[in-house]
Amino acid sequence: MDETVAEFIKRTILKIPLNELTTILKAWDFLSENQLQTVNFRQRKESVVQHLIHLCEEKRASLNDAALLDIIYTQFHQHQKVWDVFQMSKGPGEDVDLFDMKQFKNSFKKILQRALKNVTVSFRETEENAVWIRIAWGTQYTKPNQYKPTYVVYYSQTPYAFKSSSTLRRNTPLLGQALTIASKHHQIVKMDLRSRYLDSLKAIVFKQYNQTFETHNSTTPLQERSLGLDINMDSRIIHENIVEKERVQRITQETFGDYPQPQLEFAQYKLETKFKSDLNGSILAEREEPLRCLIKFSSPHLLEALKSLAPAALFSRIQKLLCYSASHSQGTQDLSSYVPLYTRC
Amino acid sequence: MSVLRPLDKLPSLNTATILLVGTEDALLQQLADSMLKEDCASELKVHLAKSLPLPSSVNRPRIDLIVFVVNLHSKYSLQNTEESLHHVDASFFLGKVCFLATGAGRESHCSIHRHTVVKLAHTYQSPLLYCDLEVEGFRVTMAQRLVRVLQICAGHVPGVSALNLLSLLRSSEGPSLEDL
Repeated sequence: MDETVAEFIKRTILKIPLNELTTILKAWDFLSENQLQTVNFRQRKESVVQHLIHLCEEKRASLNDAALLDIIYTQFHQHQKVWDVFQMSKGPGEDVDLFDMKQFKNSFKKILQRALKNVTVSFRETEENAVWIRIAWGTQYTKPNQYKPTYVVYYSQTPYAFKSSSTLRRNTPLLGQALTIASKHHQIVKMDLRSRYLDSLKAIVFKQYNQTFETHNSTTPLQERSLGLDINMDSRIIHENIVEKERVQRITQETFGDYPQPQLEFAQYKLETKFKSDLNGSILAEREEPLRCLIKFSSPHLLEALKSLAPAALFSRIQKLLCYSASHSQGTQDLSSYVPLYTRC
Repeated sequence: MSVLRPLDKLPSLNTATILLVGTEDALLQQLADSMLKEDCASELKVHLAKSLPLPSSVNRPRIDLIVFVVNLHSKYSLQNTEESLHHVDASFFLGKVCFLATGAGRESHCSIHRHTVVKLAHTYQSPLLYCDLEVEGFRVTMAQRLVRVLQICAGHVPGVSALNLLSLLRSSEGPSLEDL
């Protein structure tokens, strides 16, 4: 086994916390059950790692196996990377082809290898028709750098791919091209969404949130259900604005749905507008340059925070903004003209 | 324009009703819960409203005391209170209205100066109470006070009326307030 491969496997295993080690090794499926049983996982980590490397050497692990282990580690620790979303589209009038995984993999690999001789590409298929691709980049003259790979998660039945943001940005166009051609699309565009949480991105992009199903059997009356009233609530407390509250609750529910929101951490709104005035000499209308402003929301869980603003009665225009943004389901947008938002604080 | 009048309804037997007006619904709810936990000879009813005027309702009992809850962290809260005050009849201000300022404990979050609320209370000749409603201990104490004031305003304490109480509270204010 090559020394670089051994070093690579060693560093990957060292990153794995001890409590996840057995799970990841089982998922890797490279070392057999018998071999794993010979390892004493209760020792100090260095000793465990030494033993595992020894076993890998006996089995002659290749670079591909090491890359696969790296993919599995990243799958378990998705939130350590920041993911961007790319959307591909077919040209007008093109038919939908049947997706062939094998052909996709071959094509993808060939394109990258033709462009850059030194590149390591590994694949791992998972459920939901997703394929995880790991690419370690090199150049014409240097070997691939295994410690700064890029990961792409491509959902074959959709035109979306998620890419981990990496420092080697010069390879992004090539990667985009390879992905587009291999999946038989025409064009690839980067969407304005970024997150650490793949699940949230998936939920936003595949529109899996806000699934309110109307059921005719719902017996709890709207008032109790929507106000979240405690059944034991004191009847001596009377809410005067109960009609208004119900309305607010209903609008919030219609906008956001009953289910937990995808986890957004920040949203940015850009406004660029010119002013028009009937009176002569209005300062704002005389400007040559359009007025630009940028509003940024950030929070550990932005959509849940916004959802709870309405019942806390802290807004009025903010809610309109949310209705707009939730229905467009994007993290950031460029709005060419929009009423400036009023923040009440 | 519907205006709240103090004496336009007949009182119910042994019942005292307080109306809490404020934008912070959660705080009002907590204060209401604390008040209802107090031992009180009269039956208490608490009405919570975000602002005045109240939606019209024939079933509403006579309101004995109005407490305007102003959150010092929020300019909107003050604005809401000022607008609601227009819908209260002048005769309410003879001891049946009270201002409660919350949030003074966290000075760095305050966007309304204390003097603004003091001036507001002075303009309307009504007492101003301070209480951080988020802190349970203070809230319980304030609830006790409000229950006692409510009983007096409802006329359940023999010998003391709302106007008596008001003049008692007023005379303890120092002359410095006149300079504001």
